[in-house]
Amino acid sequence: MKGSQVRLEGLSKRFGKVEVLRPLDLEVQPGELVAFLGPSGCGKTTTLLLIAGIYQPSSGGIFFDGKQVNSLHPKDRDIGMVFQSYALYPHLNLFENIAFPLRLKRIAQAEVRRRVDQVAEFLGIAQVLFRRPGQVSGGQQQRAALARALVKEPSLLLLDEPLSNLDARIRLSARSEIRRLQQDLGITSVLVTHDQSEALAMADRVAVFSTGQVQQFATPEELYHRPSNTFVAGFVGDPPMNLLQGTFTEGKFDWDGLTIPVPPGHPGGSGYLGVRPEDIRLGGEIPTRLGIAEPLGREVLLSLDLGEGKTLKVLTPAGTRLAPGASLGLELRGAPLHFFDAEGRRVGS
Amino acid sequence: MRRWSVAALFLLPGSLLIVLFFLLPVVLTLVLSATNLSTTTFSHPSWVGWGNYQELLQARFTPLILKNTLKYVILTLFFNVGMGLLLALITAFLPVRLGDAFRALWLLPRITASVVYVLIWQGLAAVAPYGLLSDLTGNSQNWIQQSPWAVVVLANGVIGASFGMLLFTSAIRAIPSDLLHAAAVDGATTWQSIYRVVLPLLRWPILFVSAYQTLSLLTSFEYILLLTNGGPGFYSTEVWSLSAYHQAFSNYFGNAQFGLGSAMAAVLVVIGVVVSLIYLRVFNFKELLGEPKVEVN
Ligand SMILES: Nc1ncnc2c1ncn2[C@@H]1O[C@H](COP(=O)(O)OP(=O)(O)OP(=O)(O)O)[C@@H](O)[C@H]1O
Ligand SMILES: [Mg+2]
Repeated sequence: MKGSQVRLEGLSKRFGKVEVLRPLDLEVQPGELVAFLGPSGCGKTTTLLLIAGIYQPSSGGIFFDGKQVNSLHPKDRDIGMVFQSYALYPHLNLFENIAFPLRLKRIAQAEVRRRVDQVAEFLGIAQVLFRRPGQVSGGQQQRAALARALVKEPSLLLLDEPLSNLDARIRLSARSEIRRLQQDLGITSVLVTHDQSEALAMADRVAVFSTGQVQQFATPEELYHRPSNTFVAGFVGDPPMNLLQGTFTEGKFDWDGLTIPVPPGHPGGSGYLGVRPEDIRLGGEIPTRLGIAEPLGREVLLSLDLGEGKTLKVLTPAGTRLAPGASLGLELRGAPLHFFDAEGRRVGS
Repeated sequence: MRRWSVAALFLLPGSLLIVLFFLLPVVLTLVLSATNLSTTTFSHPSWVGWGNYQELLQARFTPLILKNTLKYVILTLFFNVGMGLLLALITAFLPVRLGDAFRALWLLPRITASVVYVLIWQGLAAVAPYGLLSDLTGNSQNWIQQSPWAVVVLANGVIGASFGMLLFTSAIRAIPSDLLHAAAVDGATTWQSIYRVVLPLLRWPILFVSAYQTLSLLTSFEYILLLTNGGPGFYSTEVWSLSAYHQAFSNYFGNAQFGLGSAMAAVLVVIGVVVSLIYLRVFNFKELLGEPKVEVN
C-alpha cells in the first residue's frame, strides 16, 4: 500500500464571518503520521474535514501527491476516516458497517467477506461482527470504525480523536496498536488529538494548533526542546514549562526583583525566561519556601514560593519527605533555559 | 396498598377521558348496530341482531364501495407518504431558511378551513373561463367531473403530505451529520447516502406516518363529501366512511338509518384494528421499540 503526500497551501476556513482557520501551510510526507495537537475549539476537526473534502476551503489549496483536490468529492479522495463520534451506521451490524465502502464499490460478495474477515481478525473484533454498534463496547466500536477506514486500503488515513472515548488502559494499548498498524501499512496519516502525550508518543511530527493557527510544526523532540513560542512552551510538556516574565539586561534576567544570571543569546528588554520543572535542581542559593507537594508516583511536583507572588514548579524524585513551609534552596545554573521576546517568540537556539 | 392508590389517582383523569370519549362511543356504536333505529323507527326501535350486517353483505353497492375505499386509501397513502418524504428530503438539503419557508408554505392548506380549501379546488377545476386548470391547459372541462379520483387523491394528498413532511424533517435533522460525512468518505454519492443511510434510519417515522395515515384515511371523508359527495354518478367515489355518513345522516330517501350506519362504522373499526396489526407485524414493531432509533455515542 502506498501512502500519498498531502500539502496544504494557505488553507483557510470561515463560517460566515467567523474565521475558524487562518491561512495554513503544512506538508505531510508519504507514510508519515502527523498529529494535530491543540486545545478544544482550535480548528483541528475543521482542518481534517477540509482535507476529507466535507468542507470547502474559503481560500488556499489542498494537494494530494501534487494534484489539487479542492473540488474533488470526498468519495473520490481515497481516504479512510475515523470520526470523533465513530459515526458507525446504527442500522447495520459491524460486518456491514465495515463492508460499507466495499459495497459501494460493488466488490463481489466473496471478496467483501474475505477482506472484512481479514481486517476484523487483525483488529480483534471477529467475534462481534454480527452485532449492531449499540450492542458492543466503546473499544469495539472504535476498532470497527478503524476497520471501516482501513478496509478499502486508503492512501490517506484521517483519525479524529479516535481514542478519546476509551478508558485510560485501553487507550495506551490502542495507541501502540494504531501506530504499529500505520507503520506496517505505510499509510499517510493525520491524527487529531488534544492529548499531548498521545501526540508525542505516536506522531512523527506534531502540528500544535491554537485558535485557528498552527503555532509550530515539528518533531516531538523539537517541540519539547525548542518550542518556538510561549504557547507551545506552555502547552507541550506535563507539567508545563515555568514561564517567568521579566527583563533581560546583559547576562542577567530580572524577575520581579530576583536576579537570575543567564548565558549569552538572550533578548534585550522585557521578555520571558522558560525553564522546565524537571531541569531545576534543589540545593542551590535561591531561597524558596515549599507551597504544596503533589506526589505523581515516580516523582513529586513541588510548588515553590519565592515571595511577592512568584512561584516555580519543580519536579523531584519521589522519596524526599518535605513539610509544607519548609525552606528550600534552588539551583538554576546548568539548567537549559529558553528565551522568548516580549511577543512570546523564541530567541536564540 | 398505598402504592396502588397513588398510581390509580394519577391514572384516573386520563382513564376517565378515554372511557368517556373512546370506549363509550365504540360500545354505543356496537349497540346501535344491532338495532333498526332510523328516523321512522325512532320512537320504537327493535333489536335486529346481525340483521344490519347481513344487509351490508347483500347490498348491491357494497363491493364497489369497498373497492373505492381501498383505492382511495392506497393511492392517497402513497401520495401522502411519498410526497412527505420527498418534501422532507428536498427541504432538508436546502439552506435552512429556504427549507423552513417552503415547509411553512406547504402547511397553509392544513390550517385552511376544509370548505375554503375545497372551494379553491373547485375554482381550479371549473370549466373555462372560471377554472385555472382549464385556462392553462386550453382544455375546458370540469376536472372534478372528468377525473374525480385524481382530484380526490390530490386534494387529500396535498394536505396529508405536510404531516409526513414535518415528522420526516425532524427525523432527518436528528441524524448526526457525522453519519452522512462518514458515508461520503466511504464513497457514497448523495443519492447513495440517502438510500443507504437516511432512509433506513427513517424506518420508524415511516411506519408511524403510514399507520397513522392509513387509519385516518379510512375514516376521513370530509373532502370527498365536499368535492364530489360520492359522485359523479352512482357511488363512483363513495368510500366506506362516507357511505356510513350517508346512511346515518343523509339518506337519499330522507330516512336516516342510524342502525345501519352504526354497523358500517363498526366494520370500519374492525378493519382499522386488522390493518394496525398487519403494520406492527410487517415493520417488526417490537424490534423498533427495543432499541434507540438513532444512536449517539
Ligand atoms: N459548521 C460550523 N459552523 C460554525 N462554526 C463552526 C462549525 N464547525 C466548527 N465551528 C467552530 O470552529 C471552531 C473550531 O472547531 P473544530 O471542530 O475544528 O474544533 P476542534 O479543534 O476539533 O475542537 P475539539 O477538540 O473540541 O474537537 C470552533 O470554535 C467551532 O465552534
Ligand atoms: Mg474536534
